Amino acid sequence: MFSLSNVLYVRSNKTGNAVTRIDPRYAPTLATVGLFVAMLVVGAVRFPNFLSAQVFLNLLIDHSFLVVVAVGMTFVILSGGIDLSVGAVVALSMILSAKLLQQGWSPGLVIPLVLSIGFAFGTAQGLLIQYFDIQPFIATLAGMFLARGLCYVTSLDSIPIRDPFFTAMSQTRIGLLFIRTPDYHVYGQVIVPVSDAFVSPAVLIALVVVAIAFFFLHHTRFGRTVYAIGGNENSAVLMGLAVARTKVLVYAISGLCAATGGILWNLYSLSGFPLAGIGMELDAIAAVVVGGALLTGGYGYVLGSVVGVLILGLVQTFIAFDGTLSSWWTRIFIGTLLLIFILLQRLFSRKGFTVPGRRPVANVPVRPLDTPAALP
Amino acid sequence: MNAVLATFMKRRMAWPLIALLLLLAADQIARPGFLSVRMQDGHLYGNVIDIIRNAAPIALIGLGMTLVIASRGIDLSVGAVVAIAGAISCNYIVNAPVQGSLSAALIGVVLAIVLGLVLGAWNGFLVSTVGIQPIIATLVLMVAGRGIAQLITSGQIITVHNDYYKAIGDGYVLTLPIPVLITAAAFILAGVLTRKTALGTLIEAIGINPIASRLAGLKARNIIWIVYVVSGLCATIAGLMITANVTAADANNGGLFIELDAILAVVLGGTSLRGGKYSLLGTVVGAFVLSTLTTTVYNFGIPANENLVFEAPVVIAVCLLQSPKTMELWQRWRRSSQLQAKGITV
Amino acid sequence: MAGKLPATAPYIHKDVMVNEMVPVVEMTDISVEFPGVKALDAVSFRLFPGEVHALLGENGAGKSTLIKALTGVHGTASGTIKVFGEQKRFSTPAQAQAAGISTVYQEISLCPNLTVEENILLGREPRRRGSIDWRGVRSRARDRLTQLHLEHVDPGSMLSTQSVAIQQLVAIARSVEIEARVLILDEPTSSLDADEVNQLFRVIRDLRDRGKAILFVSHFLEQVYQISDRMTVLRNGKLVGEFITRDLPRMSLITKMIGKELAVLTELDHIPARKHAEAGADEKPFITTQGLGRRGSVSHVDLSIYPGEVVGLAGLLGSGRTETARLLFGADRADEGAIRLEGAALKLRSPRTAIDHGIGFCSEDRKEEGLIADLSVRDNLLLAMQASKGWARRIPRREQDRLTDQFIKALDIRPTDPDALVRNLSGGNQQKVLLARWLVISPKLVILDEPTRGIDIGAKTQIQKLVNKLAEDGMAILFVSSELEEVMRLSDRIVVIRDRAMIAEITNEDVSLDDIMGVIAGAVS
Repeated sequence: MFSLSNVLYVRSNKTGNAVTRIDPRYAPTLATVGLFVAMLVVGAVRFPNFLSAQVFLNLLIDHSFLVVVAVGMTFVILSGGIDLSVGAVVALSMILSAKLLQQGWSPGLVIPLVLSIGFAFGTAQGLLIQYFDIQPFIATLAGMFLARGLCYVTSLDSIPIRDPFFTAMSQTRIGLLFIRTPDYHVYGQVIVPVSDAFVSPAVLIALVVVAIAFFFLHHTRFGRTVYAIGGNENSAVLMGLAVARTKVLVYAISGLCAATGGILWNLYSLSGFPLAGIGMELDAIAAVVVGGALLTGGYGYVLGSVVGVLILGLVQTFIAFDGTLSSWWTRIFIGTLLLIFILLQRLFSRKGFTVPGRRPVANVPVRPLDTPAALP
Repeated sequence: MNAVLATFMKRRMAWPLIALLLLLAADQIARPGFLSVRMQDGHLYGNVIDIIRNAAPIALIGLGMTLVIASRGIDLSVGAVVAIAGAISCNYIVNAPVQGSLSAALIGVVLAIVLGLVLGAWNGFLVSTVGIQPIIATLVLMVAGRGIAQLITSGQIITVHNDYYKAIGDGYVLTLPIPVLITAAAFILAGVLTRKTALGTLIEAIGINPIASRLAGLKARNIIWIVYVVSGLCATIAGLMITANVTAADANNGGLFIELDAILAVVLGGTSLRGGKYSLLGTVVGAFVLSTLTTTVYNFGIPANENLVFEAPVVIAVCLLQSPKTMELWQRWRRSSQLQAKGITV
Repeated sequence: MAGKLPATAPYIHKDVMVNEMVPVVEMTDISVEFPGVKALDAVSFRLFPGEVHALLGENGAGKSTLIKALTGVHGTASGTIKVFGEQKRFSTPAQAQAAGISTVYQEISLCPNLTVEENILLGREPRRRGSIDWRGVRSRARDRLTQLHLEHVDPGSMLSTQSVAIQQLVAIARSVEIEARVLILDEPTSSLDADEVNQLFRVIRDLRDRGKAILFVSHFLEQVYQISDRMTVLRNGKLVGEFITRDLPRMSLITKMIGKELAVLTELDHIPARKHAEAGADEKPFITTQGLGRRGSVSHVDLSIYPGEVVGLAGLLGSGRTETARLLFGADRADEGAIRLEGAALKLRSPRTAIDHGIGFCSEDRKEEGLIADLSVRDNLLLAMQASKGWARRIPRREQDRLTDQFIKALDIRPTDPDALVRNLSGGNQQKVLLARWLVISPKLVILDEPTRGIDIGAKTQIQKLVNKLAEDGMAILFVSSELEEVMRLSDRIVVIRDRAMIAEITNEDVSLDDIMGVIAGAVS
C-alpha cells in the first residue's frame, strides 16, 4: 500500500526533462529515519553488544514517558503553537498521584483524577491562547510556573509509592518470548542477565497512546483540522473548519499526555518528586523537531516524533556504552542534532518545496511562533 | 486630571507600575516598616534594597532581551550563557596560579566576556545570515549550552575563593550593591547608545515593518547581529554577577529559567513580543515587579515553596490586562452599558 | 447612469431576453463607509444563474469592498442583499459559504501542506464508523478533478507541489464540492500563463453551462471580453452601469472606467502647464533599460529616463506598472535584460544599491511598504538618510531639526509637529512625508508609484506642482499612476504597459487622452 512511488514524484524541469523529486512532505521524516538507522549501524560497528534486542527495547522502557509527552507536543506543534508547560505538568501529576496514593486513595480513583487535571490544565491554557489572544509562548510559560508552583506546594520532598498496583506494574516484565538473546538489563547499578527480551507495561501503554494519536491525526476530521491550522490558519478559517475548538483541544491533549507521562514515570520510578521534568519540555521539542516536524506547524508525523525520542535515547546510550565521554555530552550532541535538522529544514524550504522551473508555489508559511495569524 | 490619567493608562507600562505600587503598598500594610531603609556597616540595608538587588540580574538580561525582541526576535539561550559564564570564570580562577589574586579574577572575567560575545555572535549569525527563525536558532544553544557548561566544570560545582570575584556579586560601592551599580550603568550605557546613535530607531524600524525598512535602504543584517551580541554580553555579565554572589559555578542550575524571567520582565514592561517600539525603562519596571512579587510572597509568610503559585496568576493577570482583546471587551462592555443607561437595548 | 437599476430591467442571457428570472444575488443600494471615506455609494448589483459576470473598476472603485460586503467580511451601512430571493445578512465568511456563495481569492486560501484531495474535501470528508473513509475521499476527489478536466492531477499529491494554476482549479473544485451556486473569482488569472488561462476558462464555461453564477473580477480587459457575458462597472464607489459584454466597445469601457472627473480637472487647470523638456541631441539618459523583465512579473521593458524629464507609466491596474517600478529600484531582482546607469552597467540587487546610486522610490502601498507607522514624522522623514549613514552615525539633532523644518514647510505637511506619529496623519500628509524622505537625500531619479492615490484634492495638487518643480530643477522622475489626466498633465513621455509587458512609448506632444486610452485598449497601435 505504501510504496516508493508514494515518496517520489516526477516533474519536468526547465529543460523539459523528467526529474524525480522526493515528495516534500516525507523528506524531513525520511531524514530522521535515515539518521536513526545510521546511528544503529554506527553503534553496532563500534560496540560489541550493541545490536541486541534488549538494548533497543531498553530505549523504549527508559523513555516511554517522554514518548507520550512528545506525542502531545506533536499535536501542539503541528497546529503552529508551542507548549512549555509539559515538564511541570508531568511533575505535578507525579507528585499528586504519589501524595494521594500515600494517603490511601485507590489507583482506580487517582489515575483518572490526575489525567483529568492534566486535561483541564491544558484546556485552560488553550482558552487563554485562543480567546484572549495571549501568545502560546507566554501562556504556557505562565502555566509552567503555576504547575511547578503547585508541585512545590504539594510536597517539597520526594514521595515514595508503595501502592500494590503500582508496585506490581512497575516490576512486571512482559516477555517477548519470540525473541531470545543473551542479554542484560541495567537495574540501577546492577547488571542482570536476561534471556528473554522484555518490555514494561508502560511501553505498551505508550505504544497505545501513539496508535491512538496516529489514528486521530490521520483518520479523523479533527486531526486533519490540526494539520490545516498549522498549514494556513486563515485558509482553515475561510474553509469553514472548527478552528477555535481545535486549537483549544490540542493544548488539552498536550496536558493530558503530560499527565499520562507523569503516571508512567510513577510506574518507572515508584516515586514522585517535585523537581521532576525540569527541562523535559525542551527534550520533547527537540524530539519533535528531530522527528521531522516544522516548528512553524503543518508538517510532521507522530511516528517521526517517536523516532526522535529514540534518537535522543540512542545518543544517551552511545555515551553510556562509550564510557569515556561524560554524560553531559548528551546535551551537546542533542543541540548539534537540532542544529543539523534546522539547517536541513532551511534548505528544504528554499528548494524542496518548489516545483522545478516555476516560481515558488505556496511556500511553507514563515510565521514566528509568537505571532498570531492575522485575518484578511 | 482625567486627561492625564487617560494618557497614562494608555501606556502599556501603566499596569505593571500599578501592580508594583499595589504590591509595595500591600507589603507596607502587612508589615509596617517594610519599606524602611537603614544604614549598616556603611551599606544600605532593607527590603527595598533586596528587591532592587534581586532584580538586577533579571533586568540586565532583560536589557539585551528587550533589544532582541524589539527587532522581532527572541533569545532563549541566555540561561545557558549565564551557566557558561560562571563555569568558565570559576574554572579559570580555581586553576589559576594564585587563586585569590586580582589578576586571576580579571582574566576569568575577561575569558567569560569573550566567550559570551562569541556565543552572541553565533546566535546573530544563525538569525541574520543563515536566516533561521530566532526561536529555533537560540533553542540550539539553549539545549547544547548547558552541556558545554558542564563540560567546562567537569560536572562538578566549582567553588572559588577570590574576594575580587566575590565582590562582583556581593560587594558594595558607595553604599550601593555592586550588581545594582553594574546594571544601572549598563542601562544608562544602553540608553545612551541606542538613543544617541540611530541604533534604537533603526531597531524599532526593523521590528515594526521589515519590508518598509528594506525599501528605505536599511540593511538589517548588521543590526540584527548587534542585538544578539548585546544579549550575549548582558547574559554573560549577569552570569558573573549571579555566580560571584555564591562564589560557585553550578552548570546545572545556574541561570535556570532566567530566560523566562527576562522575557516576562520585557513583556510586563510593555514591549510587545511582536517587535517594534521598546522601552528599557519598562523592562526595569518589569524586573522590579517580578522581584517585588517574590519578596511580597515571602513577606506575607507564604512558605518559599508556594511562591510560584502566587506569582503565576499575577503575571497572567497583567498579560490579560495588557492584551488588546481585553481593551476591546472593555470598550464593548462600556458602550453597551452606556447605551443601556440611555434606555437602548442592544 | 447613477446607482439604481430600473426595477424591471430585463435580463439578457446570450440571445434570449428573459424577464422573469430571479437573480441569484441581488444587492440594492449598498453603501459602505469607512472613517473619512465612502467606499460604496448606493451601489446596486445583480447576478443571475448561468452567466459569467465581470466586475470592473480601477483601484478604489469599490470592487473588493462590494465583494467583501457580499461575502460577510464587511458589514454594510445600508442597503439590502438578497440571495435566491431571500434577504440575508452575513457577518462571517462561513455564513456566506453556507448560503452557497464561494470565493476563490487571489492568494490561494487552501492549505499547502495537505494533499489535493484533502483540500477539496476538508471538513466534509466521507466517514465510515467515525473515521475518515480515505477511499471515498479519493474517489470523490477524482470525480471533481475529472469534472474540471484535471484528470492528470494526482489527488494524493501535496498541494504545494502543484503550479498556481492547478491550485486555483483545486480551489474551484472545492467550491463545486461544497455545492456553491455562486462562484466569485477574485483576479484569478494574475499568475497564469496563456495555456493556463485557457484551461481555467474552459472550466468556467462548463460551470456556467451547468447553471452556476460566476462573478469574475479582473483588470485584464482582453480576458473579460473573452469570457464574460455581462459586466458591471464601478467608479469611485458608484455604479457606472451594467452592460452586455459583446455590445460594449472597448473604448467605451475604458472611458467609463477612467473617464474625466470635472472637479479634478478644474483644479488642475491652475497648474501652469510645464514646458515639456526636450532632450538635447547629446544629452545622456540617467538610466536605460533593455529587455528588462522578471519571470511572472513583467517583461520587455525598454526605456530611458533623462535628467529633468518626467516619464509617465500608464496602464490599467495590475498591468505591471508597479512591477516595472520595483525592478528599477532593485526591490525585485530582474531575471532578464540589462540596466545602465549613467552609462555604466549595473545590477540592481537591492534597494540599498539603488539608493547609493541616487534613486528614490515611493511605494504604491504607503502604509504597508512605505511608512513605519509607529515612528514619528521626523524618524520617517530621515529614515533613508539615516540608513545611508549607518546606525553608528546619527544625524545631529540640529541637522535633524533643520531638515525636518525645511521639508515640513516646503511640502506643507500638517500637523507641523515633527514628533507626531505618522499613523495619525491624513493620507495626503503621509504621502508628503514619504516623498520628503527621498528628497532629503537629493536623488537623481525618483520613482513615484501612485503618489496621489487616496488623498484629498489639495494635497494632490501640491504633489503635482512639486513634481513639476523637481523636474524643472533637473531631477529625473518616473511617475506611475492610474489616472490618465494626471499622467498626461505631468509627463514628457508616456510609457504604456498592458498585460505585463511594455507595449508603447508616446511622446506627450499634441496627444489627447483618447489617444492614450486607445493605446491601452489596444484599438490603436
